[in-house]
Amino acid sequence: MKILVCISRTPDTTAKIAFTDNNTKFATEGVQWIINPYDEWYALVRAIELKEKDASIGIHLVTIGGAETEPIIRKALALGGDEAIRVNSIEEDPYFIASQIAFVAKEGSYDLILTGKETIDHNGSSIGAMVSELLDMPFISLATKLNIEPTQAIVTREIEGGEEEAEISFPLVISCQKGMAEARIPNMRGIMAARTKPLAVKEPQSAEKLTTTKAFVLPPAKSGVKLIPAETPELLVQLLREEAKVI
Amino acid sequence: MPVIIFTEHSEDKIKKSSLEAVSYGVALAGKLNTEAIALVVGPTAAPLSQLGEYGIKKVVHANDTAIIASDTKSMAAIISQAVDAHQADVIIFSNTLTAKGVAPRLSVRMKAGLVTGAVALPDLTNEFTVRKTVFSGKAFADVTILSPKKIISLNQNAFEIIKSTGAAEVIPFTTATIPSSIKIKKVNRMAGEISLAEADKVISAGRGLKGPENWGMVEELAKLLGAATACSRPVADSNWRPHHEHVGQTGLAIAPDLYIAIGISGAIQHLAGVNRSKTIVVINKDPEAPFFKAADYGIIGDAFEVVPKMIEAIKQLKK
Ligand SMILES: Cc1cc2nc3c(=O)[nH]c(=O)nc-3n(C[C@H](O)[C@H](O)[C@H](O)COP(=O)(O)OP(=O)(O)OC[C@H]3O[C@@H](n4cnc5c(N)ncnc54)[C@H](O)[C@@H]3O)c2cc1C
Repeated sequence: MKILVCISRTPDTTAKIAFTDNNTKFATEGVQWIINPYDEWYALVRAIELKEKDASIGIHLVTIGGAETEPIIRKALALGGDEAIRVNSIEEDPYFIASQIAFVAKEGSYDLILTGKETIDHNGSSIGAMVSELLDMPFISLATKLNIEPTQAIVTREIEGGEEEAEISFPLVISCQKGMAEARIPNMRGIMAARTKPLAVKEPQSAEKLTTTKAFVLPPAKSGVKLIPAETPELLVQLLREEAKVI
Repeated sequence: MPVIIFTEHSEDKIKKSSLEAVSYGVALAGKLNTEAIALVVGPTAAPLSQLGEYGIKKVVHANDTAIIASDTKSMAAIISQAVDAHQADVIIFSNTLTAKGVAPRLSVRMKAGLVTGAVALPDLTNEFTVRKTVFSGKAFADVTILSPKKIISLNQNAFEIIKSTGAAEVIPFTTATIPSSIKIKKVNRMAGEISLAEADKVISAGRGLKGPENWGMVEELAKLLGAATACSRPVADSNWRPHHEHVGQTGLAIAPDLYIAIGISGAIQHLAGVNRSKTIVVINKDPEAPFFKAADYGIIGDAFEVVPKMIEAIKQLKK
């Protein structure tokens, strides 16, 4: 059983969001970088939990990014990945990225490919499904539980107003969200071991780009809060009806 | 040429989020001087000709396929057959749970550039550039689609439903059946609740409410206003409320017309998921709570005193 976990590097959740170069680039100065929370907390940690039950499982990681992404790859290895592949490209188009992951996945012939449900910077929520189509595999989005049997996965996913449990034969792609796994932090032994785990760097293969980001815009600031005395909530109700017209 | 809108239905009704997508698709077709076609997949008793009231003239109904929404591969295959049959160039989705599985597959299948989380019509004076949310709602990006075929997945509550008059012609569409590789074992649905993603009003509460036993007033307020209920992450993590109510950067991102936050401090990760709400009301006993900076209306006070009084005032209003 081989699992490929897709890992993305994102700014920390408290990072200040600002742009430079005429609003065409994210201002990275002073920004702390983390493993995209969905990739780490749910996709990677669930893979590690499965491996703890069955040591024969191999966990490979893949990241599309420049050398600056290596610290977060090492952190993912410290948590429990076995080896990692970095495709050396700073391209951001989802189709291009999915194509690179699909190339890596084909070479490694994985039974299971896991992604987070989305990245917290691009909010694209599209890589997993794109990879599945490129590889002609089933795709389960927004999974909250995953268990494996010798030939198939048992997956629970979120649907509107509830959840659904399904059985799907390997190989398949799953995007992961809350519920999948228990949070954990790397320990000293993991951090030491990660230093010598293999991290292969590959050059990207040629693939099309279907989109390009032209510019970023910050939302207009709120004009300020209107405070209503705690003794008169009826005034708030009146404002919501007459001024904001929302009730 | 035409614009095709993937139109979802549930319980024999067209979903509100799909009516937003239809309005968006009709407006875009107008800009492009072309036709807007609604595509409905799967049997439904929803009155499809009534889509005419939203500016649609033609509804293509793939009614013979009992495919399940989770079978993203078959769903993408059916949509691409309809797109080919009508030579459509632009496909519109509402950014629902179904679309998140299907739209990216279709993007690969048709080599059509995809923008998810769109919040406005494309700017056609600047190639074909679509504004979408990024950084969990803290910013927007203007993304240009380079390919001839294009897919846009519209955020919920981002585009107003536009009504007109008329009836649409419903054309049945037969598709080649595709065997599914997914076996559904169980479905659990919480009946009767208002879907949080679609809700135009949301009442949300945080750790300030002290414990799950105190949610009665939140539910009562929500019921009175026809609102959905939500919560902060620690509340879901402590199992005071179900996980699907968790909003924020690592939960659901929502953009209702009204968001009332009760006993929530307004941490940056919470704000990320709710700051696109049109009107934000904050009730918090701490005047320094960061949420007040993001609010339109606020009450500094004890939720256990303020909320029951609000409920009374709304009941008075309804009399
Ligand atoms: C990577 C990461 C991701 C995260 N993602 C999310 C996310 O998606 N969503 C999310 O919500 N959080 C998220 N968090 C957690 C976030 O940082 C905050 O810890 C969380 O939002 C706080 O929840 P809270 O406001 O309910 O609780 P608290 O911060 O404890 O605030 C409780 C508030 O209630 C007020 N209060 C207390 N008693 C009363 C009373 N009687 N009447 C009125 N007000 C009262 C207090 O003044 C206080 O402001 C994330 C954190 C990290 C690190």
